[in-house]
Amino acid sequence: MSEGLYARFEQSGPIPLATELRCAPGELVALVGPSGSGKSTILRGIAGLYRPRAGEVRCAGETWFDGVVDLSPQRRRCGLVFQNYALFPHLSALANVTLAAGHVPPGERDTRGRELLELANLAGLEARRPAQLSGGQQQRVALARALARDPQVLLLDEPFAAVDRVTRRKLQRELALLRKRVRIPIVLVTHDLDEARVLGDSMSILHHGHTLQCGSPVEVMTRPASAEVARLLDLGNLFEGVVREHRAERNRTLIGWGDYQLEAVHAPRLKPGDPVNWVIAPEYVVLHRRDRPSQGERENPVSGVVQDCVSLGETTSVSIRIGGRIGEQLAMNIATHHARRNKLAPGESITVTLLGEGIHLMPWGGRHAPPATDSA
Amino acid sequence: MDWIALRLSLELAAWTAAVLLPLGMLIARELAWRPRAGRAWFEAMVALPLVLPPTVLGYYLLSMFGGTTWIGQAYQALVGRPLAFSFQGLLLASVVFNLPFAVQPMQRAFEAIPRDVREAAWVSGLSHWRTFWRVELPLAWTGVVSSMVLTVAHTVGEFGVVLMMGGNIPGQTRTISIAIYDRVQAFDDRAAALMSALLLGFSLVAIAVVYGLSDRRARA
Repeated sequence: MSEGLYARFEQSGPIPLATELRCAPGELVALVGPSGSGKSTILRGIAGLYRPRAGEVRCAGETWFDGVVDLSPQRRRCGLVFQNYALFPHLSALANVTLAAGHVPPGERDTRGRELLELANLAGLEARRPAQLSGGQQQRVALARALARDPQVLLLDEPFAAVDRVTRRKLQRELALLRKRVRIPIVLVTHDLDEARVLGDSMSILHHGHTLQCGSPVEVMTRPASAEVARLLDLGNLFEGVVREHRAERNRTLIGWGDYQLEAVHAPRLKPGDPVNWVIAPEYVVLHRRDRPSQGERENPVSGVVQDCVSLGETTSVSIRIGGRIGEQLAMNIATHHARRNKLAPGESITVTLLGEGIHLMPWGGRHAPPATDSA
Repeated sequence: MDWIALRLSLELAAWTAAVLLPLGMLIARELAWRPRAGRAWFEAMVALPLVLPPTVLGYYLLSMFGGTTWIGQAYQALVGRPLAFSFQGLLLASVVFNLPFAVQPMQRAFEAIPRDVREAAWVSGLSHWRTFWRVELPLAWTGVVSSMVLTVAHTVGEFGVVLMMGGNIPGQTRTISIAIYDRVQAFDDRAAALMSALLLGFSLVAIAVVYGLSDRRARA
């Protein structure tokens, strides 16, 4: 990691921070969290624009900040793309870029600037001022300017927030291509989960300045560390239950959920009797075929009534109200032709299997009283 | 037409602008970008000459820098002549009196520069000095020019403070506005009318320049 970026910030106020971040060269870490979670403050702390009370910033084997050392932004080789780009409005696109290439001999700055603008697909627009460029073009100038310093780390603060959907897709693709050419750590701040999932090698979930979980997008989305993370990620199927027993030999933990007993992925840290939260991704919910029941249906069968069916092209999203004393909504996605074959419609009673391998247990972190422990 | 008084007024205006350009810019940047406790009082002190009767300001300046005060005596011991009723005294009064005219347009201009644009310059490797020359000044120049035009116009037209601090010594402290007063007292209507018309035209042009620059900034 000595060649990559390591940042750790700790303070209780005015902006509470308890966060740690690692990013290897060529890696893209997405900082995700709601507004006010401290994402931009962390980026500013790395760039030297914000001084936290305690912490550490190391990059490419060099200490930028550790409480004693505190390099100015000018001495940290950071490329920072601001949320609103912060281009110099009085300068042309080319001058915006060359101004940041102060380390390049004066005679070569112009060439370097043109190369970077070409890399950012802006050839021919060198003489235009920011006000004469579209949002997407401004973003590209900002990116070219950030790269003009030959930075050791690239920091992107919600860089796609101010552009339309089509441009966003295009710019995201360009960033993915750029990563192949620029082998430096990249930190992307975003509140868009899809963006983080598509672009990030890893995700860091932030809330009130605290890092709640770090991991690959798949890991974070399917195995959130806590109910809080699951809520921040807007994972739909988040429920509460009670641990009943562990079956380590089968790599399963049994939980009670209302009238049901479910087999979940083994979670040895939880004790029998503990209240828990659990999630299941919609793709782990499997519909029982009405015409031809199969063996696999013995695993966690749950019955309910279809609340609504929404066809989204090839996939249909089905919402099921679970019967008994649970009364909660369960979401599942099935192929549209499958939904048609099974004649799924609101009001129909159906049974589904909750695949045990997809049930992820977490220590209880509910917003109200924990579910009552049962003796079943 | 009192050409000597006109020249003195222009000299005083040039010197006042020369002093207030760096000093006013320093204060304007401080007020624009560094929110801190007591800022309201600091701003109020800078703006005070706008509302204070010139005679009151002149009285306090005389009380502070007159020949009987320790500052006045120290100045006389150092320079060899009194501060009050001299061109230097006049300049001091003019600088104090023009502070809000110099500071406020520059402050508004610097405030209009988004913080992240300055930060982008620092992150791009530009020192604070280079950021000032390459980013801040080019973006705030209309405000800087406005403040200098206002300062010059206001200095040329100032009367009360000048009379209190400088008196009416021909060639030394008699400015054009005092010369007009003098000519009216002497029933020399022709000279008074000529000089008044000159000041009117000068002030009108100055204010038009300020509004023109303000429009330009609004459109930018």
